[in-house]
Amino acid sequence: MYRSFFPRDMLAEMDRLQRDMQQAFDLAPTIRGFGSNGFPALNVGVTPEAVEIYAFAPGVDPATLEVNLERGLMMIAGERKSVLPTADAKAAVHINERFDGPFRRMLTLPDDADPEAVDARLRDGVLRITVRRRASAQPRRISIH
Amino acid sequence: MSNDIQTRSTTGASEGTDPKQKSPRYGGGALTPPVDVLEDAGGITLFADLPGVSRDNLNLQVEAETLTIEAESSLAVPDGLKTSHTEVGLGRFRRVFTLSKELDTEKVSAELSQGVLKLRIPKAEHAKPRRIKVEVA
Repeated sequence: MYRSFFPRDMLAEMDRLQRDMQQAFDLAPTIRGFGSNGFPALNVGVTPEAVEIYAFAPGVDPATLEVNLERGLMMIAGERKSVLPTADAKAAVHINERFDGPFRRMLTLPDDADPEAVDARLRDGVLRITVRRRASAQPRRISIH
Repeated sequence: MSNDIQTRSTTGASEGTDPKQKSPRYGGGALTPPVDVLEDAGGITLFADLPGVSRDNLNLQVEAETLTIEAESSLAVPDGLKTSHTEVGLGRFRRVFTLSKELDTEKVSAELSQGVLKLRIPKAEHAKPRRIKVEVA
């Protein structure tokens, strides 16, 4: 377990404590980890017809963005350019909280997700991916004769 | 895009709009957007991540020495969506910064592109750094 070299750094200690707490509550996480604090942040939901994935990726160049779906595993990858000044620029960095660099996130889709019917749109920095669910999995009302 | 900014003085008329009343959808809760703040000789540049926020839903206010960033995400969610995993639980963003005296709050400019807000606050003319010449005695 990671320990701070400077235990007086209260914020880092609190951050670590919070992470430990979160992990302690999730006793059997999936093999792909805890699935939080990653970039882009993900919200996932389902409707009877589709699986909706919202990836919060503000400021990501659409040209670097890549979405793959293979055997029920979706991968979202891309790169966000740093806005920080280069070492030789005469500028000071006061706060640096935003993520930069290449990223890659993966998530498992339900078995009924149809890899042939995927739609992805990027708007205001939110990537919305809609994966249709196969018709056979949609609820059907069985008529009684 | 600097017309989005409302610069108000503290002595101005009282404002009747409480930001909390404008969006009852999320109550008083708001997320703190991550920011980068850089400073060069000419002023301060702030970048804030506001995913899902369009220009109409961004409210920037400079009042005396306080900068307030408030935004609401305009994410369209289909009816009957059952969420199974949530990392962004709120659709509102709010963050407040205290500015310092040498910044020229009249000349703040802002740009919003792909969910990233870029704010430039220049330094007042008199506060720009001058190189002080060292006389050799």
